[in-house]
Amino acid sequence: MRVLAALSGGVDSAVAAARAVDAGHDVVGVHMALSRTRDQFRTGSRGCCSIEDAGDARRAADVLGIPYYVWDLSERFEETVVADFVAEYEAGRTPNPCVRCNEHIKFATLLDKAVALGFDAVCTGHYARIETRADGTRELHRARDLAKDQSYVLAVMGPERLARSMFPLGDVASKEVTRAEAAARGLSVSAKPDSYDICFVADGDTQGFLRSRLGSQPGEIVDGSGAVLGQHDGAYAFTVGQRKGLSIGRPAPDGKPRYVLSVEPVNNRVVVGSADELAVHAVEADRAVWFADANGSFACSLQVRAHGSAVPARATVRDGVVEVVLDAAGDLRGVAPGQSAVLYDGTRVLGQATVTSAQRVTAGVAR
Amino acid sequence: MYLDHAATTPMLPEAARVLAEQLVRTGNPSSLHGSGRAARRVVEEARERLAAALGARPSEVVWTSGGTEADNLAVKGLFWSRRNEDKRRRRLLVSAVEHHAVLDPAFWMAEHAGAELVLLPVDGDGTVDVDALGEELERNGDQVALISVMWANNEVGTLQPLDDVVALARRHGVPVHADAVQAVGQVPVDFGASGLDAMTVSGHKVGGPGGAGALLARRGLDLTPVLHGGGQERGVRSGTLDAALIASFGLAVEHAAAGRDAFAARVGALRDSLVAGVEAAVPDAVLRGPRDTSRRLPANAHFTFPGCEGDSLLYLLDSAGIEASTGSACQAGVPRPSHVLLAMGVDEVAARGALRFSLGHPSTAADVDALLAALPGVVDRARAAGLATVGSVT
Repeated sequence: MRVLAALSGGVDSAVAAARAVDAGHDVVGVHMALSRTRDQFRTGSRGCCSIEDAGDARRAADVLGIPYYVWDLSERFEETVVADFVAEYEAGRTPNPCVRCNEHIKFATLLDKAVALGFDAVCTGHYARIETRADGTRELHRARDLAKDQSYVLAVMGPERLARSMFPLGDVASKEVTRAEAAARGLSVSAKPDSYDICFVADGDTQGFLRSRLGSQPGEIVDGSGAVLGQHDGAYAFTVGQRKGLSIGRPAPDGKPRYVLSVEPVNNRVVVGSADELAVHAVEADRAVWFADANGSFACSLQVRAHGSAVPARATVRDGVVEVVLDAAGDLRGVAPGQSAVLYDGTRVLGQATVTSAQRVTAGVAR
Repeated sequence: MYLDHAATTPMLPEAARVLAEQLVRTGNPSSLHGSGRAARRVVEEARERLAAALGARPSEVVWTSGGTEADNLAVKGLFWSRRNEDKRRRRLLVSAVEHHAVLDPAFWMAEHAGAELVLLPVDGDGTVDVDALGEELERNGDQVALISVMWANNEVGTLQPLDDVVALARRHGVPVHADAVQAVGQVPVDFGASGLDAMTVSGHKVGGPGGAGALLARRGLDLTPVLHGGGQERGVRSGTLDAALIASFGLAVEHAAAGRDAFAARVGALRDSLVAGVEAAVPDAVLRGPRDTSRRLPANAHFTFPGCEGDSLLYLLDSAGIEASTGSACQAGVPRPSHVLLAMGVDEVAARGALRFSLGHPSTAADVDALLAALPGVVDRARAAGLATVGSVT
């Protein structure tokens, strides 16, 4: 097969590309340039988009003996990931930009361009497994190493794009195995630290980034009864479940810490309450993407964060809306609109949808 | 099939032989003992060869590490020496289509050394607007430190009207530098007859080694040094000379100049068939640079392909075994629309579909045939990929 290996400059994508070469595929490496002014993604940033990373990606391609190209996807990235990230926070929701990037960039723009150029598949260093059933259809599963599993952020891609994807690292036992393999292959990125945080927020200061895009928007912090407890400088800087950054002068009546329960962009208010009030018993989600037909009501497990655990639940699909009721109310806490709800059957991804509301155990609905 | 000779071209066998011979010899050309004298003799013979081939005096040759260093020395060295003479001379006039080795030092001087950068406009063929230069000199001639206009453009092959530039500059007492890296070996280059004050040449573009270049600097031209140290090269450019590179470089330039007419005739005809073939195979391809072949480099052909991304074209050609270039430099690894095309008035979308084909000594009709056979399919596919990218917004 002709395989396009997306090379971030990190160790995972380099080893994934190496495995694709070993499997006998005709592999070409592509590094995605996601910012036009690369100063923004300076060396030393904690993401994966610095000039240094582009150089590391090229060096890895050279070691593997494969061609290497840089594709400028910066405009599309700004439109579909960065702008969406800002707009979602402004609307009081909590987006996951890695999910948006997989949805709009890696397994959309990149994949479509690759297919148009004659490639059969895109190979990435994601930790997830693809299993092919007897009838040829493919399933997306959690990685063997559950600590590294990235099936959550991939669930958005749907079956057609999965059919053109390769995740050669899905069955590695641990990240250390990947690093050892990189070292054995002479890939100089073997000891490079993992990327984390949001790649376009180079200094890790998400609130500062949002402030620079959205400016100051002062408003009130209130409790469940509507009593004003303090002021904020922009509701966009708050996300459900957040504790830090709430400058409330007086303590709660029960003396316990307060958390954001919901963000109300319409009246620019942030509602806070106790930790207990974060407990959720059901979520509603839309914009569902399924790997196989999903109708009626079925048992599953629900995961709402990239690094969270999945909890047992029952999902009901009706008119494109998914309602997921937890088997044990309170198993999840602090679920915000905008988050991706991924449904699993064991290790198999059933599909994903975007949370529109979460019903709290105590009272009230986070919207 | 290698169609990227403007990037670099194979070494002449004679130049490679001389390089290998000299590499195993010991001797610093600055040393006074026998080994040093022997090395110095090699360097000075090469200086004489190169000077003779390019219409310069040996004393006008300043060896450098390549074209980029020579361009930096010309832009910075001339600017500083001129401004030190006369504080008013802060204007730095460079054409908008210069190589980055001239443009970037010029931008740097504007940012860090108080230069006022004036980019000279070009027409749709990439030719410098001499009238605009004349007006600028009429208005601000007494404030101009130097003019830098390349002999021939590296992307679209346009030959610049240097006679007119030099004549205008003379009238205002302004020195002129030209980057002649692409011109040597393709068109007649006579430094003395040109009236230029400084001129850049490079080794690896003419069948010599990489890492060797020279700035020809008119006798009496005051250049502020950029590299400081042992005072080699008239005190203008310090650093131990590499006798092997220099010997090989000098020989390559001599060969390139001597073989120029035959090369230009043969490769020019090949280029003409390439251009005609591309236009027949891909009717909407747009030739960039002058159509009049007397105004462009004989080895250069440059097109934009509507609806295509240059990097898609490059990849598809590469996988068909054909090596070409978009012609423009990457910025931090990111392909950018060419500043040359933008200066010529080409819009950014069209400029993204640029491809440069450049021929060299080994080029044959078979190379052109292979390109023409692959190109229609490549362009169709690249066009589909271009549209796929645009269409993927949901």
